[in-house]
Amino acid sequence: MADFTMPALGADMETGKLVQWLVRPGARVRRGDVVAVVETHKGAIDVEIFLDGVIEQLAPLGEDLPVGAVLARVRTAGETPAAAPVMGASRARVSPAARRRAGELDLDAAGLPGSGAEGAVTLADVERAAAARQAGAPAPARRGIDPAQMRQAIAAAMARSKREIPHYYLGSSVDMQAASRWLEAYNADRPPDQRLLPAVLLLKATATALRQVPQLNGWYEDGAFRAGPGIHPGWAIALRGGGLVAPAVHDAERKSLAQLMDTLRDLVQRARIGGLRSSEMTDPTITVTSLGERGAESVFGVIYPPQVAIVGFGRMVPRPCAVDGGVQVRPQLALSLAADHRVSDGHLGGQLLAAIDRALQDPETL
Amino acid sequence: MDATDIRAIVAAVLAEIAPEVDLATIADDEDLRDALDLDSMDFMNFVVGLHHKTGRDIPQADVPRLYTLAGVLRYLG
Repeated sequence: MADFTMPALGADMETGKLVQWLVRPGARVRRGDVVAVVETHKGAIDVEIFLDGVIEQLAPLGEDLPVGAVLARVRTAGETPAAAPVMGASRARVSPAARRRAGELDLDAAGLPGSGAEGAVTLADVERAAAARQAGAPAPARRGIDPAQMRQAIAAAMARSKREIPHYYLGSSVDMQAASRWLEAYNADRPPDQRLLPAVLLLKATATALRQVPQLNGWYEDGAFRAGPGIHPGWAIALRGGGLVAPAVHDAERKSLAQLMDTLRDLVQRARIGGLRSSEMTDPTITVTSLGERGAESVFGVIYPPQVAIVGFGRMVPRPCAVDGGVQVRPQLALSLAADHRVSDGHLGGQLLAAIDRALQDPETL
Repeated sequence: MDATDIRAIVAAVLAEIAPEVDLATIADDEDLRDALDLDSMDFMNFVVGLHHKTGRDIPQADVPRLYTLAGVLRYLG
């Protein structure tokens, strides 16, 4: 039997309130399935299970539980059910019809309470479990984000960052002429729902560059750097009414620009109405913040612990530039990096910025 | 499409993006992005919403004509 525990959905989370179960005892779950909704100061988060097996016991709803508290007990592969009666050949008695139906419904018949002879699980028991699972399905209205709580959470994380992380900062200016022209041509003959925002190019360029400078992609934990298992940049999203979340864009360097656009659109939507997934909260290996077309001209971010870097993009502005010994007006973008001196130096940070710049000069390869 | 229809469409699209907004409080010549604090993604979704509800193509080059309510009324009218 394994414990499924309350995950830490960010550096600043101490407790979460379990508000909904999306599975019933007896349900077969796979790693990555959304099984519960937990309310945090960043809104309602869909919590994914990190175990494969069959749900045996669930914690009651409505309580504030600390990170690490047991949410569910899961029977993992190879284990025999503890609750169901175990007969002769260490197998619960299940009628063939019940077994077949349970298979169709993705339920584990052996884990269900049996009402037949000698506690055997019957077809009716399976149907009852399926109906109960169905009844549990409609989601309760998600509560909006409490701005005061969100502010507290940001304050806690950022205070910890500034207290513990010796930041260093780098900035450079990126010529966006090639990228802007490429994007303009790309968008020109596409319908509105297939167009790309410049942000997508910036995100992809950053992800591609991190492949060359993996030392800035990961976490500082227990006094040492641990490289991220993939390139999962957290994309900073400002919430209407205040506050900020930066959920992970998983494997950003392997996604096409169109896929990244869809992902960002979906993340922004879910960040605002609730429904970000636990993996999106826990997996970011670096943060990327882009101020967009109405933001300030440059930004120097504060690292979100335990990450070790944050990349910032300001607003694109036309500026006079020296090009081939002459002066031209071209769109320029302020690119910045804040990084953790315990892990890297400005020399390495400069390599990341240079790699991002190079990627943006070759937009067709992104 | 008359102005009333267009305003109703704009209100419906904005309700998805900025639910707290009351369109009546916005002057026709105000920049919607500033008045409603719409970021690049929000405004793109606004254009996508108008596209879906009216069937109009709205080429990228025309997008700046939709920055104000007056502009939207002229463009879709």
